[in-house]
Amino acid sequence: MINLTINGLELEVDKGTTILEAAKKLNFRIPTLCHHQDLCVAGNCRVCVVEQVGNRTLVAACATPVTEGMEINTNSLSVRTSRKHIIELLLSEHNADCTKCYKNGECELQSLANEYSVGDHIFLDLIVDHKSMIDMSSASIIKDDSKCIRCLRCVRTCEELQGVHALAVANKGSEQKISSFFDKPWREVICTNCGQCINRCPTGALVERNNIEDVWNAILDPEKHVVVQTAPAVRVSLGEALGFEAGHTVTGKMVSALKRIGFDSVLDTDFTADLTIIEEGTELLTRLKDVLVNKRDDVALPLTTSCSPGWIKFIEHIYPDFLKNVSTCKSPQQMFGALAKTYFAQKRKIDPKNIVSVSIMPCTAKKFEANRPEMRSSGFKDVDFVLTTRELARMVRQAGIDFMRLEDVNYDSIMGESSGASVIFGATGGVMEAALRTAYEIVTGREVPFKNLNIIPVRGMKGVKEASIKIDGCTDEWKFLEGVELKCAVAHGLVNAREVMEKVKKGDAGYHFIEIMACPGGCLGGGGQPIPTNSKIRAKRARAIYDEDMGKPIRKSHENPEIIQVYKDFLGTPNSHKSHELLHTHYKERNRY
Amino acid sequence: MPDQEKLVKELADKHGRKREFLLPILQELVYEKNYLTDESMRYVAKELNISAADVYGTASFYTFLDTELRGKYVIRVCKTISCSMKGKDEILHVICDTLKIDVGETTLDKKFSLLATNCIGWCHKAPAMLINDIPFIELTPSKVTKILQDYIKR
Amino acid sequence: MKAQKIKRVDLIFDSTSTKEVLVKAIKMKPEEIIQEVLDSGLRGRGGAGFPTGLKWKYAASEKGAVKYIVCNADEGEPGTFKDRQILEDAPRKVYAGMAIAGRAIGAKQGYIYLRGEYRYLLFKLMEELVFFHSRLKELGYDFNIQFRMGSGAYICGEESALFESIEGRRGEPRNKPPFPTVSGLFGKPTVINNVETLVYTVEILDHGAKHFKEMGTSDSRGSKVFSISGDTPKPGIYELELGMTVERFVEEFGDGDTKAVQVGGASGFCVPRKKFRETIIGFEGVPTGGSMILFNSSRSMYNLLHNYLDFFDEESCGQCAPCRVGCQQLLQGVVSVKAGEKDSRYLDELVKLAKTMKIASKCGLGQSVGNAFRTIVEHFREEIIY
Repeated sequence: MINLTINGLELEVDKGTTILEAAKKLNFRIPTLCHHQDLCVAGNCRVCVVEQVGNRTLVAACATPVTEGMEINTNSLSVRTSRKHIIELLLSEHNADCTKCYKNGECELQSLANEYSVGDHIFLDLIVDHKSMIDMSSASIIKDDSKCIRCLRCVRTCEELQGVHALAVANKGSEQKISSFFDKPWREVICTNCGQCINRCPTGALVERNNIEDVWNAILDPEKHVVVQTAPAVRVSLGEALGFEAGHTVTGKMVSALKRIGFDSVLDTDFTADLTIIEEGTELLTRLKDVLVNKRDDVALPLTTSCSPGWIKFIEHIYPDFLKNVSTCKSPQQMFGALAKTYFAQKRKIDPKNIVSVSIMPCTAKKFEANRPEMRSSGFKDVDFVLTTRELARMVRQAGIDFMRLEDVNYDSIMGESSGASVIFGATGGVMEAALRTAYEIVTGREVPFKNLNIIPVRGMKGVKEASIKIDGCTDEWKFLEGVELKCAVAHGLVNAREVMEKVKKGDAGYHFIEIMACPGGCLGGGGQPIPTNSKIRAKRARAIYDEDMGKPIRKSHENPEIIQVYKDFLGTPNSHKSHELLHTHYKERNRY
Repeated sequence: MPDQEKLVKELADKHGRKREFLLPILQELVYEKNYLTDESMRYVAKELNISAADVYGTASFYTFLDTELRGKYVIRVCKTISCSMKGKDEILHVICDTLKIDVGETTLDKKFSLLATNCIGWCHKAPAMLINDIPFIELTPSKVTKILQDYIKR
Repeated sequence: MKAQKIKRVDLIFDSTSTKEVLVKAIKMKPEEIIQEVLDSGLRGRGGAGFPTGLKWKYAASEKGAVKYIVCNADEGEPGTFKDRQILEDAPRKVYAGMAIAGRAIGAKQGYIYLRGEYRYLLFKLMEELVFFHSRLKELGYDFNIQFRMGSGAYICGEESALFESIEGRRGEPRNKPPFPTVSGLFGKPTVINNVETLVYTVEILDHGAKHFKEMGTSDSRGSKVFSISGDTPKPGIYELELGMTVERFVEEFGDGDTKAVQVGGASGFCVPRKKFRETIIGFEGVPTGGSMILFNSSRSMYNLLHNYLDFFDEESCGQCAPCRVGCQQLLQGVVSVKAGEKDSRYLDELVKLAKTMKIASKCGLGQSVGNAFRTIVEHFREEIIY
C-alpha cells in the first residue's frame, strides 16, 4: 500500500494506482481528455496535470503512478493557470463554432471550456480553412480535422481494440494530424466503419454521417410508406440517450416513439435475426455434411457468421483468402430490407417503389452495408436509410416526445414477431447461442443441454471464447454427426477477430463455427450506440439483453410463428432458391491499406 | 513481380520482419529510390504485417523519409541560425536560379530537389548543405555554382 | 568563486589507448567502475546533466539478463557539432565507453543512434567497429554494438523518443516514470549516454576520477567540448574547463562587438551583454550541451527568435498539446506583434504561455522552448516589437 496526500487529505491506495484514480477515491475529479478507460494511457493532452510537491514540472495525473509520501495539489495556482492555458490552446486549434456543431452539448472540450470559464480566447485562431479539412467520403463516418484535438483516442481505439489501424498519426510538429494511409479519402481505405472511434472522440472530429433529414423527408412524404426495423441492441441502450439509466430496456417505449414520429410500420430486425438462424444454421449443417459425408474439398469450414458489416469489411481487406468461410447469409438488417420490399409489400399490398425502408442500428457500419451494390435484391435499394441509436434519440427529441413517460406499445405485424434467441444477437456470443439452440434441436430432436437454454460458455466479455458441444442421439437424417464434438469460437472486437483468424490460418484450431462481431461486447457496444459506451455500460446492456431473452415466451428461432409462416407462404424451405436470391450474398477482396 | 515489391522483399529478407526493422527498411528504400511511394509503403506494410497507415504515419514523422517525389539528388540547405547568419539566403538564391526551382520543388528531369533543413551540424563552417549524404561547407555563391555544375554533368 | 580564465583541455581528442583502458576495465569490478565514474562528478554532456555514475548505478541495480547501452549520437541542437567531430576523430573511444558502461551495468548489447545528417560517417564508423569488435574478442570482452540511423527528427535526441525510433516507431517521447534505467529500449533497463559523455568515462578510467574532478566547479566538474559559431573570428570545436563566465568566454571568442550569446542552442538561454559577467557557463548558471552562438550588434534578435520558434514549430513531435500548439502560438504571436496586429502586451501573455509549456509539456523539448523565448523577449523586447 502507498500513502500520499492530495490537497492536504491523506489516503492509502494500492501500488500501481495513478494519481487520477487516487484523487477519484477522495472525490476529486481531475479533468481529462485523452484518457479513456478502454484504452492505454497516452498522457498527451496534459489537461490532467497536477502539482507534485518537490517536482520541477507538473505531472500528468493519468500517467503517473503514486509513490510513498507523495504530496499532490490538484488546484494550485500553477495547475489552474496551466490547465486553462491548455484548454485555450486546444480551442485555438479547434474549429470552435460550437452552435453549428453536431456534437454541440455533447463535446468534452466544450464542457471543459465552460467549466474553466474560457471566455474571449486569448490566443490566435490557428484554423485557416476549416472547410478543406472535412472528409465526407465515407458512407458511415465524417472526419473533420478542424475539430480534432489530437488526443489519439481514435487511433488507440482503431489499433488496440480493433487491430485495424486505419487511423494513424502522421507528420510531426504543427503539421501533425490524424490520417489515413497516405491521407487517402476515407472511403478508399481499410476502415471497417465500425464507429468505435466515434464513440470515443471527445469532440466533433469524428461523427456518424447522419440521415435524420432524409428520414424526416420520407416520413413527411404522403406517397411513401415508411417501414422501420429496430436492431436487437437498440432497445437496451436507447434509454440512456433519453434519460434512463444504463441497462434499462425500452422496447415498448421505443415502438411507441417510432409510431409517434410517424413511421407507417414499426417492425423488428429480431424477426430476421430469427430468419438468419434458420438460414445460417441450415448452411452450417449442409457444410458439415458436405465436408464430413460428401468429402467435398471445395466447401470451407469453419463457417463464420456474417451479421456484422464491420467484420465483413475487415475480412475483405485483411483475410480475403478466407471469404469462402464466411456465411453467405446477409445480415438481419439486409434480410429485412430484401423482404420488406417483396414479402411485406405483397402481403400488405403496397407498391414496393413507395416503400422507404429505414433501420435503427447500434452501428455505423450498417450505413455502409446498406449502400453496398450487392444489397439490391428486391429490385430496389433494400434498406434506404440507416439511423444509429444516437440519431433516433435525436429524432425523438426533435419530435418533442417525452420518452420517459411513454406507454409501451407492441410491434406491428407481419415481421414484428421474434424469439428470445434473436434478442441475444445484440450481445457477443448471442448468434452462436441462438444458432446452437436451433441446430442442436434439428439434429437431435432434443433441446440444447443447458439449463434454461442458457449457453453460458459463449456468454461474457472475454475477448475470445471457445466452447464445444458433443452431439449424440442424432435423428436418422443427421446420423453422420453422431459423436461429433462441435467446436465453436466467439470473438468480439476486431483485435480478437484477428487472433481467431490467425489460429484458423495456421490450421490448428479445428473450429466448425465461429461468431465474430466487430465491436467490443458485440452490437450492444456498437459504434452507433449512446456515448459514453464503456466496459461498465456494456455489462449493464448485456444483462438487460439476457433478461429480455428470459422473459420471452418463445426462446428458439425455429419456433417463431412468423418464421414458420414466411417459409410456408413465401420462401419455401431454408436455403431455397428464393432464399438465396433474397437472403444470401457474396463478398469481395479489398485493398489492404 | 514489380520492381518495388521485389526490392521491399529483399530488404525485409536482409533486415528482418520485426517492427524494429521498419526504419532501416524505409531508409534503404529512400536511399535506393529517393523517396517512398504509396506502392512501396504498401509492400512494406504487407511484408512486416503492419497496417499501411502505420507505415505512412511512421515515415511521415521523419523529415528524411520523404513521401513526396524527390529527385536523384536531394539538396538540403541548412536554414538554422548560424547558417542563416552566414548567408544561407544567398546560397538558396543561387541554387534556385541555377536549377530554376523553388525550395520544396524538384526539377522537371527529376534530377534535383531543393529543400531547406534544420541544423546539420556544420555551424562553424556555415553556410552548409547536404547533397544526399554528402556535406558541403563554407559555401559561397561561386563555390555552390561549381558544385552544382559538377552534379549537373553527372 | 575561482578565478576564471579560459583553460583549454586535451582529453577527448588525446591519444589514449582504448585497448589499455579496456584491459583496465576488465580487471575492475563493475562496482569499482561505477564508483570511479561517480567520484569524477561527471554529468551528462548532452545538455541535461544527469550524473553519469548514478545513471549507471541505477541500471546496474536492476535485475534481468537483458540490458542495453545506447549511445545518443543524434546531435541535433542548433549550434552543436562536437559529437560529429568526436565520432570522426575518436570513434574507438566512443565504442570503448559503451563497452565499459556495458560491463558496469551488465549489458552485452549496445546501439549507436546516429543522426541521418551524419550518414556520410557511417562507412568509416563501421570499418572502425569491425576492428573494435575483433579487439573485444581478443580481450575476451563480451559486448556487441550495432548502428541505427535517424532520419531527420530533432526530437529523437530525447532519450525515450530515441528508443521509440530504434523500435521502429514515430519518435514520440514516453511518459516518465518509468525511467530508462528501469524500462528503456525494448522495455529493458537501459543506460543512454551522449557521445561525449561516453568518451569522458574512458578518460576518467584512464586518468583517474581525481584528475577530472579537480577541473571545473563543484556543480560542473571537469571539462567539456564546446561548439562555437556565429559572430566569432575563430569558430570551431574547443575543449574547455567548465566554470568560466560568459564574459571570459566572449573575451576569448567574441569579435569585440558581442551583444548576446545563445548558450545551449535553441533550447538554451540567451545571455545579453549586461549579464555576461555574472553568468557562469555550467549547471550552476546556464547549462549547455556545447552549443555557443555569438551575436554582434548587427544582428536582429527578432530574426534569432523567429528562427528558433520556426525550428520548434517543425521539430516538436506534436503529441502533447502545450508543445504542439504552444510552439505555433509563440511563433505566430511574435509575428503578429512585429506586424503590429497584436499590441506589445500580447508578449506578456506569450511569456506566461511559455511558462506553462515549461511545466506542463510532456518532455524536455516542450519544457525548453520557453528558455530562449523568455530570455530573448525579456532582454530584447524592443527588437521584438519594432
